[in-house]
Amino acid sequence: MTKDELKIKFESLQEGLNFEEGTEWLTIPVESEGFKKFALLLRNDNELQFDYLFCLTAVDWKTHLSVVYHFSSTVFRHEVVIKVKIDKANPIVDTVCEIWRTAEFHEREAYDLLGVEFVGHPDLRRLFLTPDHEGFPLRKDYEDPINMIKL
Amino acid sequence: MLEEVGTNDQGDMIINVGPQHPSTHGVLHLVITLNGETIKKVEPHLGYIHRSIEKMCESLSYRQFIYVTSRMDYLSSHINNHGCALCVEKGMQIEIPTRAQVIRVLMDELTRLASHLLWWGALAMDLGAFTPFFYSFRERELINELMEDTCGARLTMNYIVPGGVMMDLHPDFQRKVKEFLKLFKSKIHEYDDLVTGNIIFQNRTKGVGYISKEDAISFGCTGPTGRGSGLSCDIRKLYPYEIYNQLQFDEVIETSGDSWARYKVRVGEMVQSMHIIEQLIDNIPEGEFQAKTKAVLKLPKGDFYTRVETARGELGVYIVSEGGSTPYRIKFRSPGFSNLSALDHMSRGGKIGDLMATMGTLDLVIPDIDR
Repeated sequence: MTKDELKIKFESLQEGLNFEEGTEWLTIPVESEGFKKFALLLRNDNELQFDYLFCLTAVDWKTHLSVVYHFSSTVFRHEVVIKVKIDKANPIVDTVCEIWRTAEFHEREAYDLLGVEFVGHPDLRRLFLTPDHEGFPLRKDYEDPINMIKL
Repeated sequence: MLEEVGTNDQGDMIINVGPQHPSTHGVLHLVITLNGETIKKVEPHLGYIHRSIEKMCESLSYRQFIYVTSRMDYLSSHINNHGCALCVEKGMQIEIPTRAQVIRVLMDELTRLASHLLWWGALAMDLGAFTPFFYSFRERELINELMEDTCGARLTMNYIVPGGVMMDLHPDFQRKVKEFLKLFKSKIHEYDDLVTGNIIFQNRTKGVGYISKEDAISFGCTGPTGRGSGLSCDIRKLYPYEIYNQLQFDEVIETSGDSWARYKVRVGEMVQSMHIIEQLIDNIPEGEFQAKTKAVLKLPKGDFYTRVETARGELGVYIVSEGGSTPYRIKFRSPGFSNLSALDHMSRGGKIGDLMATMGTLDLVIPDIDR
């Protein structure tokens, strides 16, 4: 499906969705509440079949965090970007690693570097840093007086 | 983690492979749970070479951050640079000259060839055959030399920059590439004679490290790992960039999903890369090698994502820009990271002796995973 067709399809599936303007792929900001249900819809709807999660990351927007999912379908070759806005003080979002297994590592990375907590993840630990590390390096307010790289 | 070594409650043995193990090609640390010789679980421990490239890039300009990305997947540094340059060009809507496009594709394919050659030698060495390593390095050295002529470097090239390439080709480039192709054609049958047709090698790779097509998609396996499971995932074919849509080449796909299939895909890709270079080497158009760009590059506000096919699979570059001269957030979706996540699934139920064959055919480069 093209971007416009996808937009019509999504509007028919769920009411009250917003779409970001001026993006290459259809970009949908959603709330973290009910995200799991939405994710299952993406995977299982016959006309969507987003079976390939090719990028999962998070962005610190200072006031809040947003978790960004890039989905693609190996059947229809269309893409969609989902952005889940979450609270910085309580960074909770449902895990998707039973739906897309690649999320298991990607979510651990996002937890390690940005402190996003994925509820229901089977093994949410730090991936790169040591378990006793304090703070989340990719957040904008992270300070490390010894190893900080500033140019 | 030393304290994990020993026997657990169920009587399973826990051993460590790495971080200083010759077969992990770098500082990968695997904690393996074994029942006798059978693998119950493989748990990768990462971070030994994590440099936080994504954080570094946040304070580097769009001209500077290219240099850091050469240090990710150091065997396909051209292609890393290429992905980043494409992302910046997409954001700024820069049209690059045809000559630069052809040079970029030529360099990409030479890099892919060099990377696959190193993998071929190293895989055979992991499985106990020492000679192939010298054979493949003999050819790889020639590629390194002609890269050195043009880029001045042998590993971390930093040659592809936003707007084109850094400098024009060396006058000897075409002659040397042709010499290399002639030699490589006369040698490639040796690879099949030495390794592909070897019954010991076949027995050690066939049926080992199986992953189905559905699982390969779910785990996000791309590159030869995905194509070995019958998944069509070549970015050059699916979402052509530069001049790939004008070139004749095949996407090599095998369907058996085991280490043998991944081996066959890579060997087939070497031949395809050779075809691409042959098509281009006499047809490098005249003209500028770099588009005219401003001294300070500034991306408009928004998100930009590009995908390129490295020797290991799909590299994604995701730039979030706030309109400044540095990225607000940058994320590299590296192919090795997703491929490694499937290692546990692939090797469960297999023997520990087969783990090296599975890992070897995943072609892991650790700085690419750790970033």
